[in-house]
Amino acid sequence: MQVAPVLAALRRHRLAAMLIAMEIALACAVLCNACFLVAERLNSMRIDSGVDEASLALIHVDCDQCNGNDVNARLEGALRALPGVQSVAAVNALPFSDRAGDNGINLDREHYVAVPHFYLGGPGAAETLGLRLVAGRKFIPEDFRRSDIWLSPDTSVWISRAFAERLWPGQDPLGKEFWSDKFHFTVVGVMDHLARPDPSGRRGPDASEYAVFAPTAPGGRTLTGVFAVRAAPADLPRVLREARAAAQKAVPEGVLNLDQSRMVSELRQRYFHQARVMASMLTGVIVALLMVTALGIVGLASFWVQQRRKQIGVRRAIGATRLDILYYFQTENFLIVTGGIAIGMLLAFALNIALMRIYELPRLPLYYLPVGAVLLWVIGQLAVLGPALRAASVPPVVATRSV
Amino acid sequence: MLGYYLDLAARSLRRNKVLTGLMVLAIAVGIGASMTTLTVMHLLSGDPLPGRSQHIYYAQVDAYPTHKDDAEPMDMLDYQSAMDLWSARRADRQTLVVESPVKLSQPEAGTPPVMTTLLSVTPDFFPMFDVPFQYGAPWSEADESARARVAVISDDLNQKLFAGADSVGRTLRLRDSDVRIVGVLKPWRPSPQFYSVRGGRFADGDTADFYGKPEDVITPFASGLEINDGNFQQFTCWHLPERQGHLQNSPCVWLGLWVQLDAPAKVAGYRRFLADYAAQQMALGRFTHAGNTRLRSLMEWLDFNGVVPSDVRLQAWLALAFLLVCLFNTVGLLLAKFLRRSGEISVRRALGASRRDVFAQCLVEAGTIGLIGGIFGWLLTLVGLWLVRQQPVPYADLAHLDTRMFLVTFTAALGSSLLAGVLPALRACRVAPALQLKTL
Repeated sequence: MQVAPVLAALRRHRLAAMLIAMEIALACAVLCNACFLVAERLNSMRIDSGVDEASLALIHVDCDQCNGNDVNARLEGALRALPGVQSVAAVNALPFSDRAGDNGINLDREHYVAVPHFYLGGPGAAETLGLRLVAGRKFIPEDFRRSDIWLSPDTSVWISRAFAERLWPGQDPLGKEFWSDKFHFTVVGVMDHLARPDPSGRRGPDASEYAVFAPTAPGGRTLTGVFAVRAAPADLPRVLREARAAAQKAVPEGVLNLDQSRMVSELRQRYFHQARVMASMLTGVIVALLMVTALGIVGLASFWVQQRRKQIGVRRAIGATRLDILYYFQTENFLIVTGGIAIGMLLAFALNIALMRIYELPRLPLYYLPVGAVLLWVIGQLAVLGPALRAASVPPVVATRSV
Repeated sequence: MLGYYLDLAARSLRRNKVLTGLMVLAIAVGIGASMTTLTVMHLLSGDPLPGRSQHIYYAQVDAYPTHKDDAEPMDMLDYQSAMDLWSARRADRQTLVVESPVKLSQPEAGTPPVMTTLLSVTPDFFPMFDVPFQYGAPWSEADESARARVAVISDDLNQKLFAGADSVGRTLRLRDSDVRIVGVLKPWRPSPQFYSVRGGRFADGDTADFYGKPEDVITPFASGLEINDGNFQQFTCWHLPERQGHLQNSPCVWLGLWVQLDAPAKVAGYRRFLADYAAQQMALGRFTHAGNTRLRSLMEWLDFNGVVPSDVRLQAWLALAFLLVCLFNTVGLLLAKFLRRSGEISVRRALGASRRDVFAQCLVEAGTIGLIGGIFGWLLTLVGLWLVRQQPVPYADLAHLDTRMFLVTFTAALGSSLLAGVLPALRACRVAPALQLKTL
């Protein structure tokens, strides 16, 4: 296909061609960035929480001015007695539940370096949650110490691998120490994964797994009335129903927190609801954008075909085949779309830089650009196909008619 | 002439229904999307106290020991500073604000106890923030200093517990204290819930929670501290408090101080007062630095906290970009439409119509498309806002189209279609009549 005559003809329709190109450019910029935002959100939703979500439920009873040991004993007994319950353990929070305690920590008793979430768990909590230890030792009974303020002054903890990498990049974290205020911690285990309760709380790159798991003796103020319940995934909905009723009955003076007493899968679902809505909204915008662009191309191409009926007739009369005419319009569209994409890529980067400034988004990966370009080329070709076929079916005899 | 142009526009639009439909659709979808998001933006970024906000200020001094003068002060106050500043009474009105989780029951109603949030404030809170009362009145200064067990409840709670009846004089149980209801509010829904906005700069744009409903139970500040002792939560601490939930004289910041200052001179005076207080505390050795006191007006404080959630802003930008694409689309289609009628336009020009007439005719046609697009855009906006209301976000119940945004919808539709029509109309009125007439 010769490009020169197409370009020559386009020069006579500069305005219209430019409009379509600009539309494509804008579409390209918005498309690339919107796709990137969708991918970002879907990515954040895939996080491995590090606990056996399918088998876990949370029971949360608020009991103000209650004797912690007494409440815990009654609750634990009631929950253990339920058929289908595999294990029960006192915790302060689970991934996707309400946060229970973020504390700044330092490595030198002076300069705070990060704010992890502190998960506290009673005996058996690590096993109940299904935390996967990749290095270090299991907890021993002496690790579970009692404290009325927060933790015992000296605690052996597990930390997530991501957090270990943050604190001591490239080093073996086992045996390392850190402090929070006057509390001293020694790392005795590294977990494969453990997500914060609010993993996409945008606290900086990789902060979603800044989590510490600290063994604590139940009772006191920090570990009262909140239990992780483990059951077979198939049993879990029934177990949760019965556990809610049993908890309310076992601690009548407390208030069962219905909002938090749920399966971890439900908590996860709810936690990511907003991200899901946003992702589907963005997808909707992408689809609408492509549709509007395609319709614009169809409209303008139809107009051009109609306007050039006579010229098409002449070309056909002097020997052009139907395919020649078809290719002509497709080439024209390809050239316009290519121009649009060229501007669009620059716009896409400008938009990405703006988004990076305002929303602390990462840089747009380069491969989005060719993918977006191919998508727009395909859409352009499909949109122009109808009008082009109509053009190809113009009979040569049109050339001989005066009007 | 306008009637004639409208008639011409209607004929022309009817002639090519598909092209007309495409243009109307493009405008409607663009307007629908952008008006939905702009309405949400408008609702979330508005002034929660119109007419009063310029007199309301949020006071900050900084007790954080490791901060320096160039640091932003803590978002809240420690107990000592808050009490000193409040009891100095240097402003026209001043109120302390603190929230805490509390167990609420109503023994007579026989409903199970629930956990709710207790708001504890001083009596100026109500006149200062123009809080509307349905029954009763705020507690008095005497009640405040006597730490009386009294409370003001929300309309929501009054409906729930007392079926909307005048419940003044009835009793509620907060934790293990009985409090007497002295006032019931009218439905009150400030957007955002400005008096407890704080920490927005640490939320990274995830600020939807600022738009929650006001608390159901409000007690005097001093009574609240006693009733719910042990359940107070710090904004932050520089050392762990001795007793969890009991923050008086703890190394923690956890109280907000709002003041009303009716004249600019008083604002300057209060700024000086804050600076002097900090300097005095530094001299006493309680503060390590005194140079970073702040007195932000309500709107400045909301702005500083970036209250509009970043998702909402992102949606608005996206919708505007989408509208722009739709406009480019409409420009292209209008161009095609007008130029196709070159012959017709040439006849009008040959018969004596000026370029200006042709231009006007084209714009009337574009405007007609805009108006029809606006009607569909308005319907789409209503659908969009309905969708927002279905979302589990704290501000869902706020998403309604007010008169102003309704008018903006049509203005935007008309304006954008006219804008889209200018270029094609200019081209159309430059058609050379002689050349076109020859080909007819």
